[in-house]
Amino acid sequence: MTESRLTDAQRVVVTGLGATTPLGGDVASTWEGLLAGRSGVKALTEDWVDLLPVSIAAPVAVEPSEVLPVPQTKRMDRSGQFALIAAREAWAHAGAPEVDPERKGVVIASGIGGVTTLLSAYDTLKERGARRVLPMTVPMLMPNGPAAVVGLELTARAGVHTPVSACSSGAEAIAYAADMIRSGRADVVAAGGTEAAIHVLPLAGFAAMQALSTRNDEPQRASRPYDKGRDGFVLGEGAGVVVLETLEHARARGATIYAEVAGQGITSDAHHMAQPDPVGAGAARAMQEAVRSAGAEPGDVVHINAHATSTPVGDVAEDKAIRAALGDATDGACVSGTKSMTGHLLGAAGAVEAIATILALHHRTAPVTTNLEDIDDDVTLDVVRGEPRELPEGGLGLNNSFGFGGHNVALAFRTV
Amino acid sequence: MAASEQEILEGLAEIVNEETGIPTGDVQPDKSFTDDLDIDSLSMMTIVVNAEEKFGVRIPDDDVKGLSTVGDAVAYIQKASA
Repeated sequence: MTESRLTDAQRVVVTGLGATTPLGGDVASTWEGLLAGRSGVKALTEDWVDLLPVSIAAPVAVEPSEVLPVPQTKRMDRSGQFALIAAREAWAHAGAPEVDPERKGVVIASGIGGVTTLLSAYDTLKERGARRVLPMTVPMLMPNGPAAVVGLELTARAGVHTPVSACSSGAEAIAYAADMIRSGRADVVAAGGTEAAIHVLPLAGFAAMQALSTRNDEPQRASRPYDKGRDGFVLGEGAGVVVLETLEHARARGATIYAEVAGQGITSDAHHMAQPDPVGAGAARAMQEAVRSAGAEPGDVVHINAHATSTPVGDVAEDKAIRAALGDATDGACVSGTKSMTGHLLGAAGAVEAIATILALHHRTAPVTTNLEDIDDDVTLDVVRGEPRELPEGGLGLNNSFGFGGHNVALAFRTV
Repeated sequence: MAASEQEILEGLAEIVNEETGIPTGDVQPDKSFTDDLDIDSLSMMTIVVNAEEKFGVRIPDDDVKGLSTVGDAVAYIQKASA
């Protein structure tokens, strides 16, 4: 049975959730979309679409300019705006805890950083000269910009950090934040990931790798993890932030506890810059470590929010990795591929999907995987399709995130 | 024809409002950019560059330091565009 061996002062729990995603401007609308099987993928209408073989993406459902005042948006990259919106929701959701600023931390990851700021500033430089480049350009384009934005918002002085590990960045941020608390550096940490890279250049780069779906005529059917007809991922954008604190701290202030960050595993492949290890050895080790550090057994895993980006190679490699990690217990865990609805939020994916995993455990309901019509013969997992799946009481939920560069992060959650 | 003092004040107030959100009515000649309007040096540089474009003047960085009030900036722009 899954039981923690740690004291209440060492156990890290989740007390607040915040998000802005292609499915909604907050956690409630995002979760509703994940249960309903709603797609956030759309046809792009920008002029530059004609330059690309891909003309679909999953933009945020609510533009930040509808939520933040103009002077604020002008001094922040779009990724910083997403992070601020998600962090404000998460902090309010946690009940805006009273914390000594020197015991308050922030860890907000990004895969690519302020790429739209960088590219538009370069356009300004070429077209209008150096004097027209905004003085806030560097703080806006630096990858730690969103973390600094949130750190200023929350007056966090225990440390503000930005892990960068491509598509596992958001999950790595949560793992780092949990370590900050366990090691005694902070009492409360806001952690998550943000990404705003729907721009012609990142899209051209991913398209050149042949990583993106080109199902341009059917945007809502383009992201289809595990389906035989999958042909790549759909680029999404948004942010997810969670508030973490010790179980002792949460109970002392009477906070609602959504889940415990029970364990975590972080490994690296050293196999290839962009391709997953074909047998998923590094990913399997990450999952095993997440289960082990939770004081649990593979048989305790009841649900997995898989990385499942809808690429032909990646989905099968993850299937092998899960089976290598959990063995026969694999069949006892139902798997959700929520990128089928949100698209791939890169550095925000791990955070948004951690929130989906936490809510699946909290509500005992696993979200669906849409567009799975004809399952790949090499996929052996029990994938949730059609309708959301009721989860049994107890057990662990795993959230997998893998990134270019060979990064593997698995987070293990359980309800308290 | 060069802009009048009032036209420069109104144009400058619009630039300040766009950059910082400060209501245009608060941008008055006696106000200090830093002490009264709480405008930091980074926003000030953006305001200066936008003012250069709007009024067709050049305000060298060394001269920006001397513009402590809105009235100083209005007078500088009027003189530079005369």
